[in-house]
This record gives sequence, C-alpha cells and structure tokens, in this order.
Amino acid sequence: MSAQAPASRAIDVRDLHKSFGDHEVLKGIDFHVDTAEVVCVIGPSGSGKSTLLRCANMLERPTSGTVLVEGIDMTDPETDLDEVRSRIGMVFQQFNLFPHLTVLRNLTLAQQRAKGRGRAEAEQCARDNLDKVGLADREGAYPAQLSGGQQQRVAIARALSMEPDMMMFDEPTSALDPELVGDVLAVMRQLANEGMTMMVVTHEMGFAREVGDKLVFMDDGVIVEEGDPRAVLSNPQHERTQAFLSKVL
Amino acid sequence: MKRSTRRRLGEGALYGLLGAVVVALAVAADWPEIQENFLNGDVLRSLWPEIVTVAAKNTVVYTVIAFAGGLALALVLALMKLSPVAPYRWLATVYIEFFRGLPALVVILAMGFAIPIAFQWRPPGGSIGAGVLALIIVSAAYIAETLRAGIQAVPVGQVEAARSLGMSGAWTTVSVVLPQALRIVIPPLTNEFVLLIKDTSLLFVLGMAIDEQELTTFSRDALTTNANSSPLLAVAVLYLIITLPLTRLVAYLERRSMVRVR
Ligand SMILES: Nc1ncnc2c1ncn2[C@@H]1O[C@H](COP(=O)(O)OP(=O)(O)OP(=O)(O)O)[C@@H](O)[C@H]1O
Ligand SMILES: [Mg+2]
Repeated sequence: MSAQAPASRAIDVRDLHKSFGDHEVLKGIDFHVDTAEVVCVIGPSGSGKSTLLRCANMLERPTSGTVLVEGIDMTDPETDLDEVRSRIGMVFQQFNLFPHLTVLRNLTLAQQRAKGRGRAEAEQCARDNLDKVGLADREGAYPAQLSGGQQQRVAIARALSMEPDMMMFDEPTSALDPELVGDVLAVMRQLANEGMTMMVVTHEMGFAREVGDKLVFMDDGVIVEEGDPRAVLSNPQHERTQAFLSKVL
Repeated sequence: MKRSTRRRLGEGALYGLLGAVVVALAVAADWPEIQENFLNGDVLRSLWPEIVTVAAKNTVVYTVIAFAGGLALALVLALMKLSPVAPYRWLATVYIEFFRGLPALVVILAMGFAIPIAFQWRPPGGSIGAGVLALIIVSAAYIAETLRAGIQAVPVGQVEAARSLGMSGAWTTVSVVLPQALRIVIPPLTNEFVLLIKDTSLLFVLGMAIDEQELTTFSRDALTTNANSSPLLAVAVLYLIITLPLTRLVAYLERRSMVRVR
C-alpha cells in the first residue's frame, strides 16, 4: 500500500471525509503534522476543526479516507487503537478531568490501567509532570477545587504522564476566564520549545503566530489555506481567510 | 368584599372544617375500645423481644440479600442494555419490561409454588429462599433502569478522556463511568431499598417457620393468636423506624446533589 508514510510524519490524513447522517462535515481533508512540528488549526465555528482532530485518534470514525499515526493505519480494524491512542495526548476544551479522583489519581489512572505501570512509578511520573505545569502542591485536590486554568494544566499533565509522542489540543483556552489563559498558553509554549509534536485547534492568533510552525485555515469542511503562520495571518491569500481574519483579529 | 378578606375567610372555613372533623372523631371514637384493641399492654409485652430479634432482623436480612442480589443482577442488565451488541440489548429490555410489568406478588407465587411444581426444582433456602430470589429478580428490573439512567448521566467527555489516554472500554467503564454513575444513583437506589423493605412483607404468602418470620408474617400470627390488633400497630412502628431514616436520607442526598450541581 502506498500509504506507508515517512517516519518523520506524526499524523498523516488523506482524503478524509466525515458525515453525520447526510451532513458532510469534512469534505476531503489532506493534512499532516511532522515530528516536532507545531500545527495550529483555525477556522469559524462548525468548520470541522474538532471533527478533524477527533478523527485523528478515532474518537470519531471517518466515513472514508486514511488516517496514519506514525505510519499506523488507524482505520485498519486490526490496529490496536488503545495502544496508539496512549501515544497521542489529548486536551479538551472542557478539561474532562475525572471529578471523582484526586489530581494525582487523575494522572496515575491511565498509566496503571493502560501502560501497566506500577503505582510508585506512575506517581513519580505524575509528580514530575505536575511540577512541570506548576501544580506540584495540588496533587491531593479534587478537580472541582481548582480554577479552570489549573484544571486545564492538570489535564495537560495527565496527557503528558502517558509520555506521548504528540499532543492534540482542542481549543484548550476557550472555556477559561481571560486572566487564566496565559498560564495554560505558557505551558503549551514550553512544550513546543521542548520539541513536542503538537496539533492545536485554537482561536489564540498570538500563540499561532509565535509558536506555530504551520497554520491551517479550515472553512466548511475543507482546508482553504495553509502555510507559515506569519504569512497566512498577515497576508492571507484566500478571500474566505481574509474575511475570517478580519473578524477575529 | 376585598379579595384578601375573601381569601382569609376561605382559609378560616378550611380550618373550621378540619376542627369539626377532629372533634367529631374524638367524640364518636370509643377510646377504651381503641386502647384495648390497638395498644393492649399485655399483648404488646408478649411480642417482646421476638418482634425485634426475629421479625425485624429477618426483614432487614431479607431486604439486604434481595438488594445485594438485585444490584448485582441489575448491573449486568444495565450494561447489557447499553451494549453495542443488539441481542444483549433486546434480552435486557425484555427482562426489564417483563418483570416491571408484573406484580411482585405474582413472581413470588411463581417462585414459591408454580416453578417447583412445573420443573421439580426448588430454589435453595426453602420457601423463603424462593421468595427472596423472586425479590432479587423483580428488584433487578427496577434497579437496572436506575443504573442505566445513572450511567447515561455521566458526561460523554469522561469516556472520551479515558479512551484518548489509551484506556480500554472495560477499564473506562470500571474506573471512570461506574464510580460516577453510582454517585448519581445513590438517592434513587436508596428509594429502591425502601420499596424492597416493604416488599418483603409480600413473602408472608409463602408461609414460613417461626424463626423465619419477617415483620408482617410475625404480626399476622400474633394478630390471630391474640385476637387483638396491637401487634399490627407495633409492626407499623417498627417499619417506620427502619424506613423513615432512609427516606429522610434520600431527601437529604437529593438536596445536596441539587446544591452541588448549582
Ligand atoms: N456527533 C455529532 N453529531 C452530529 N453532528 C455533529 C457531531 N459532531 C459535530 N457535528 C457537526 O459537525 C460540524 C462541525 O463540528 P466541529 O465540532 O468539528 O466544528 P468546529 O470547527 O470544531 O467548531 P467550534 O469552533 O464551534 O468548536 C458542526 O456543524 C456540528 O454541528
Ligand atoms: Mg470545536
């Protein structure tokens, strides 16, 4: 099969279509993220950004097309999805922390259940990552006792605790009060500097401009324009990109 | 007449009516007769201590066994009902609709008499075993629906978060969904427990040995031996002592969960 991707390709999506009923949400997407690259995805509400992200780790099953993660065909029924997913950290707009578990347990649960780590090793890794997001002192708290910004940093630390090869963010700061956005972006910035492969759906144009290696503009289920973030943001080629940017900038 | 005056008059009439009924009852009632029949000291003393050490104890034991069994069976049914495999869903639906549609008494009679005659098979534990088994079967149908609703009330984002971390569907259910669902269903489950306490009274149709008697059977026996209604009153008080704290607990839990959800 010609779908064998170069090893440097973390995510490789080809001719991806996704319909909900007779509503076609993704209309043939070709998209890739290279290793150590930060790709930001922008676009109006309902354009299919989340659906593309969710198809990449099969939370949503594509209607047709191929999704390769590190060369592994995710649409192949033989693929061990759980194993591949454990290599893709995912951060949601609504945090989705486990409310019945402490912060520490949020971080150790999947390490033990999915990676087969022992408790001591899992806690060590969890504490390292809590430290990294600046929340080492909150390991005993429950999610409801934290601010939104803290919860999202815990969610990032939870994903990092699986020691993933790449991270996917779906509007990680959209549910936060403005004054809490900075802390979360700072953590993401640090990750990018460390060379993490990242796919980020965001409305934070500043982040996309400064941190992104590539910017992708989606509208109505297709990729309209992509390229260097600075170039796309300051000199959009496409009429739809111009119209969108004039509204958000 | 002003509207507020009219309302006050209307309220006054209602209080007046209530007062008249109470007075009429108090005058018409034969108090010595009532005391003799319902609060007979000798009869009440003769019930002690078996009414607590045997009857109340058995009521609680039957309820706890039926509830534990019903909960376990209900968990299987609820997971079947939410299964992606259609035949499992159908089976669970048929079971749940069938046993919720029948009076518990019919199932108890079937377990106690019909099945042993038809299949030459007796549930373990004699007629009490059969009765408790019937309660397990019936309560499982109700509890399964409660659990299903609780499981579905857990936000789908929780499952997505767990799966995206690489956890299997089974581990996600066990470690993420069920613990949260159980919290949600504790108030309705306590309600099922209270209903089950009262349903153990139906076991009296099966007949039972003295040391197997639960509260209702015990009181009916005492009622006939003494030709006096006092045991009924004593048993009513005992039922309330068991159930009232639980119904208050449900009210408290529901208030608290309302506050938490905001
Ligand atoms: N599970 C679903 N069932 C039916 N329709 C869906 C489902 N998920 C998404 N959609 C539809 O698909 C379209 C694209 O949704 P998607 O969430 O991918 O957009 P988005 O670009 O992420 O938008 P936003 O910026 O608002 O998050 C929308 O019209 C949405 O209503
Ligand atoms: Mg979205």
